[in-house]
Amino acid sequence: MNVLTLPAQPGQDTAPRPVPWRRMAWVTWRQQRATLIAVPTVLAAVAVFLVVFGLKAHHDYAALLNCPLDQGQQSNACAKLFSTFNSTDWPLANTVGILVQLAPVLIGAFAGAPLLARALENGTYRFAWTQGLMRERQAIAKLALLGVTLVVLAWAFGELFSWFFQPFLWTEQISRLTEGAFASSGIVFPAFTLVAFAIGAFLGMLLRRVIPALAATLGVYLAVRLGAWALRGQYPVTVVTSNANQFSAFGTPSQPGFAWILSTWYTGPGGKPANQSAVGQLLEQYQSNPHPTVSVGQTLAEHGYTEWNRWIPPSHYWPMQFIEAGWLLVLAVALMAGTVWLVRHRAA
Amino acid sequence: MNVIETSELGKRYGKSWALRDCTLTVPAGHLAALVGPNGAGKSTLMNMTAGLTAATAGIATVLGGHPAGSPAALNGVAFVAQDAPVYRNLSAGDMLHLTRNLNQRFDTPFARARLADLGIPLNKKAGKLSGGQQSQLALTLALARRPRLLILDEPLAALDPLARQDFLAAVMTAMADDGVSVLLSSHQVAELERVADFLIVLSRARLQMAGEVDDLLAGHRLLTGPTAEADEYADRLTVVQTRRGDAQTHLLVRTSETAGPVPPGWESHQVSLEEVVMAYLRSPGVGEPAPLTRVQRPQPTEATR
Repeated sequence: MNVLTLPAQPGQDTAPRPVPWRRMAWVTWRQQRATLIAVPTVLAAVAVFLVVFGLKAHHDYAALLNCPLDQGQQSNACAKLFSTFNSTDWPLANTVGILVQLAPVLIGAFAGAPLLARALENGTYRFAWTQGLMRERQAIAKLALLGVTLVVLAWAFGELFSWFFQPFLWTEQISRLTEGAFASSGIVFPAFTLVAFAIGAFLGMLLRRVIPALAATLGVYLAVRLGAWALRGQYPVTVVTSNANQFSAFGTPSQPGFAWILSTWYTGPGGKPANQSAVGQLLEQYQSNPHPTVSVGQTLAEHGYTEWNRWIPPSHYWPMQFIEAGWLLVLAVALMAGTVWLVRHRAA
Repeated sequence: MNVIETSELGKRYGKSWALRDCTLTVPAGHLAALVGPNGAGKSTLMNMTAGLTAATAGIATVLGGHPAGSPAALNGVAFVAQDAPVYRNLSAGDMLHLTRNLNQRFDTPFARARLADLGIPLNKKAGKLSGGQQSQLALTLALARRPRLLILDEPLAALDPLARQDFLAAVMTAMADDGVSVLLSSHQVAELERVADFLIVLSRARLQMAGEVDDLLAGHRLLTGPTAEADEYADRLTVVQTRRGDAQTHLLVRTSETAGPVPPGWESHQVSLEEVVMAYLRSPGVGEPAPLTRVQRPQPTEATR
């Protein structure tokens, strides 16, 4: 009966202990082992493919580097090289590029949705949540440990994909700032992965069923992705200029730097809005001449027109990356906080 | 110390109350049996006591005033939920390691020794163990946490008679060795008569009765006499249940109000625990206004013993 007569230790209720990370690392590893093995394995398999195919693409690409991009100035040999590259390497790379867009949501949803929903579904939460370590701490630890792991994996994978895709940025004249290339490179790619994971965990806790949570995660992620796509042109990194020649700065083959032109419009003499049909006619005339002697800008200027562009210079890639990764991170943390809140308040 | 104290505790799911106005005190050192039909609110009460479910109304504290679910409460309370949930794809050894990692206090040598005694191999997946072994595994993990309160929700339901005996024996041993208090729910009253020394009866989301078994048995009598006189006699008593036959009527009554000897033609019998429980379950509401006074009193003897 001695045990029963011990007085309750004061302060235990009010002083929460820190999360025991080492212990939770083992718990997370043991409980999410399938995820933690499957995700790196699948990524590694794709990575092997990217390396093998990437080496070939880079090899083919090296042969193109001495050729001008402009088809009008290409020799026959160069034209042949380009045509081969465009008909063999590019279609495959394009397909891979599209599939890689799905990687964050696949990784995130399959790691996130079952994280809490599985235990709620099979009843093991009644075991885990009545142990000494409070359930919100368990949830925090799992979210943090898995989140960091996925971010690191996604970052490494994104870097590899960027290397793989780099030749095509040049040959296909793709701006790194536009949807596919932008979202699957830099820090935005891991940020999307983290958001997908957080959406999965949150919906898993909200819906309490793995499969509905998975399906809902795909939908919500798609909405976030579309939102990011719509927002991207509104980031405060755009510039408006009247000098069309700026875009001729394409960077170098090893550092392709195509700008992202958001919109184009024309003004007439004195800065008044131009008659669009007149400008259209002029441009048509210019384009029908196969060997123009002057640039488009000069032609327009001769007739008193000015071309205006709202665009993002390639040098603004990193500020854009930070802005997008920033709000995605805020969203992910908010979703995780919501998940932990649900674990504490809406359980069982 | 009271291991469980609830005050007007209630839990509502949607529009219906799973448990309502439950004010209950369980002193330390007992094996308290929580009985009632399915859907009476037993699991709800246990889940709230274990800190798994938040109350809609009222409060529940454990181990001398710690709110259920608080760190101190979680540390001192071990809960084995209904059907003894285990991670089916983890081995017994992994379950042990997992539980150790989720608790500040865990007696690994004890757990290993006990599993060895039970013949549960550490490398076998928990999902492949028999029902009895899963229950024993869950109990071992709970006991190795060295809790001061052990809550067992329908631990016997899935077990065969032999496994039930083994399970109850293990619980009794832990009580004797460690002084752990136990709250155990079941819808099989007879089985608990030998082991439980405290009884809590729930029915239709309400607490019907709570008290020490000895007091309950001493506090009730079964009176048998002519049906013709039954109504007149019953008016003077607190009748829990009346079973009326053509000639004879059985009245289950509280004895505090039958101080005097029974009238001629009437016989007074002792009651079994099961009879008392069944009587309260059949006539819900009787016990409600006046749970046994003994439970309401503070119990200095327990703390100073």
